[in-house]
Amino acid sequence: MRSRSRRVTDPCSRERLAQWMFLAPAGAYLLLFFGYPIVKNVVMSFQQYTTTTFYTGDAPFVGLKNYAMILTSDLFPKALVTTLLFTAGSLCGQFVMGLAFALFFQRRFPLGGVLRSLLLLPWLLPLVVSGATWRWMLDPDTGVVNAALRHLHLSPSGVPWLTGTSQALVSVILINIWIGIPFNTAILYGGLQDIPTHLYEAAKLDGAGPLASFRHVTWPLLRPVVSVALVLGVVYTVKVLDIILVVTGGGPANATETLATQSYELSFQQFEFGRGAAMSNVLIVISLAFALVYLRAGRRARNVDEAIS
Amino acid sequence: MTGTIALVLAATGCGGGSAPDKVTSITALDYYTDEPEHSQWGEILTSCGKSAGVRVEQTSVPGASLIPKVLQQASSRTLPDLLMLDNPDLQQIAQTGALTPLDQYGIDSSGFAKGILSAGTYDGKVYGLAPYVSTIALFYNKDMLAKAGVSVPRTWDELKTAAARLTRPGRYGMAVDANATFEGTWQFLPFLWSNGGDEKRLDTPQAARALQLWVDLVKSGSMSKSVLNWTQADVHDQFVAGRTAMMINGPWRIPALDTDKNLHWGVAPIPVPRTGQTPVTPLGGEVWTVPQNASKARQQKAAQVLACLNNSSTMLALAKQHFTVPSRTTVAARYAEQVPSMAAFAKSVEAARARTSELGVKWPKAATGIYTAIQSALTGEQTPEEALRHAQQIATSN
Repeated sequence: MRSRSRRVTDPCSRERLAQWMFLAPAGAYLLLFFGYPIVKNVVMSFQQYTTTTFYTGDAPFVGLKNYAMILTSDLFPKALVTTLLFTAGSLCGQFVMGLAFALFFQRRFPLGGVLRSLLLLPWLLPLVVSGATWRWMLDPDTGVVNAALRHLHLSPSGVPWLTGTSQALVSVILINIWIGIPFNTAILYGGLQDIPTHLYEAAKLDGAGPLASFRHVTWPLLRPVVSVALVLGVVYTVKVLDIILVVTGGGPANATETLATQSYELSFQQFEFGRGAAMSNVLIVISLAFALVYLRAGRRARNVDEAIS
Repeated sequence: MTGTIALVLAATGCGGGSAPDKVTSITALDYYTDEPEHSQWGEILTSCGKSAGVRVEQTSVPGASLIPKVLQQASSRTLPDLLMLDNPDLQQIAQTGALTPLDQYGIDSSGFAKGILSAGTYDGKVYGLAPYVSTIALFYNKDMLAKAGVSVPRTWDELKTAAARLTRPGRYGMAVDANATFEGTWQFLPFLWSNGGDEKRLDTPQAARALQLWVDLVKSGSMSKSVLNWTQADVHDQFVAGRTAMMINGPWRIPALDTDKNLHWGVAPIPVPRTGQTPVTPLGGEVWTVPQNASKARQQKAAQVLACLNNSSTMLALAKQHFTVPSRTTVAARYAEQVPSMAAFAKSVEAARARTSELGVKWPKAATGIYTAIQSALTGEQTPEEALRHAQQIATSN
């Protein structure tokens, strides 16, 4: 009796201990490299943290002053709107183009695989390389894009892609769309592969054309993948910094200044680290808000599905 | 237990330490990563180190990385023994308390031009000295001006006329750096200051008229709108490529300009609002400093090297190598005789102003306001007056 009870209890406690020991390294890593920076960032946003702080260590707490300064500055509403436009514009373009390419490659044709592979190139290029190349191509005076437009007599004076305040934002959005197409295509193409072919055959038998097939078969079954692509897209795009810095530097006249570029400039050009931290925290809150909306919507959708079944 | 005792004994042994060593080497940090500057500075540091009895270990980082590096080292108390800073950055770093005043080392700072000395002065004390300095001027393509029958412009009206006459398809008459960075601000300062504008008060009619000049050049098509994005390096490329007949740039471009034998360039003072006025240009150049250090002996050695860098013969040699102007006025005069192409710069430097001489640590805010105004005005978003009123708000915000 005694020996039996010992055998029963020991394996459980050992197993549990082993589980915790396996988790410990990952937990420590997360705390050290994600937890600490986040806490430091939040604390910093309530401090007057300047160049002097680096030497003396003095960083007096100033309450909500940093947040008040950034939220009431002239540039904040403009940067917020620009961030939203940039994110929305990029996602719309990336998703539509990505879906179009995914549907296109769903068909079989010679060298289809090769073309699909080549489409991944924009994803593989370093962003600084992409940005610099696009900047050169879009130069108002000597860029190939305006040269082509002039040659085709579509615009005799060329478009001020990088020097017009409305055109510059369009330019960086278009570039970011180009950069994001491979990601969307890859995810959506993978999603399309999961849809059973017999559903299309059944639809065909019922007389459904390509449009009806898409609307009733492809789209409903693709929706979970679409959600993933859009959520990841928002999270990646809302904090885009490198492309904008390389192509326009946030200009001209702050026309392409986003919350991310503002945070960078406050910290590393103006050395107002407290305000830079506050701005980045605003950005985090926006991302979190979107994530929460998505999770809630996902839960509601799941409830509907369960009710039906 | 035995192991523990052994560890304690070992620690005790280590704790004993040894006698303080004589200083045989010091470290130096600069941003001269490009050749031949890196090697040239390496040689001069080695030479000055030799005369001070130490080996100088030179470390160079890219320009944009220098301040982050300095802040990082300040935080960890690992600043180098000798530190080079771009002159407008000295105020910020001196304010942290990380630098030491040079008077405690008995360093001679006499004979320096007033503007140059103020660049290295914070709160009434000299923390940095620059062996050489530079400024900006008007570069022009002699062949293009001759062919168009245009004389070198000396006034703003002449500049506008000349730029218009030199403009044709594929070429602009003029180019500047109007970038949304301190470099754009730096290029605008000669026009601001020469017209009586001042960084302490940006929303003035004098400042607005200076900005209007740039607006007029762009609006008339004499200057590309791309100046909004161009750095000084881009402006240089346009000039060398023959896509602009005139440009504002500095003498550090001369070595590259000279490599093209077909390019016949000239240099002239930056045009002034009216005949007879003297252009007031901003001072460029790097100051050398001695950071705080636990070892007084190392500081003394670093100070000796710094003094060597700033003595007359070193100054002259450096200026010739780098196409810059010696910081001591007597050496500058001698230099202008020996290198005629630098005479215009040597003269400009006499009247040049340090960007931080009036505002000190508040300069970066004013500089941000200035380039923001330039961008707003050149894009047509705001009139020069509106743009500068907004600039003043930026400059005076807390």
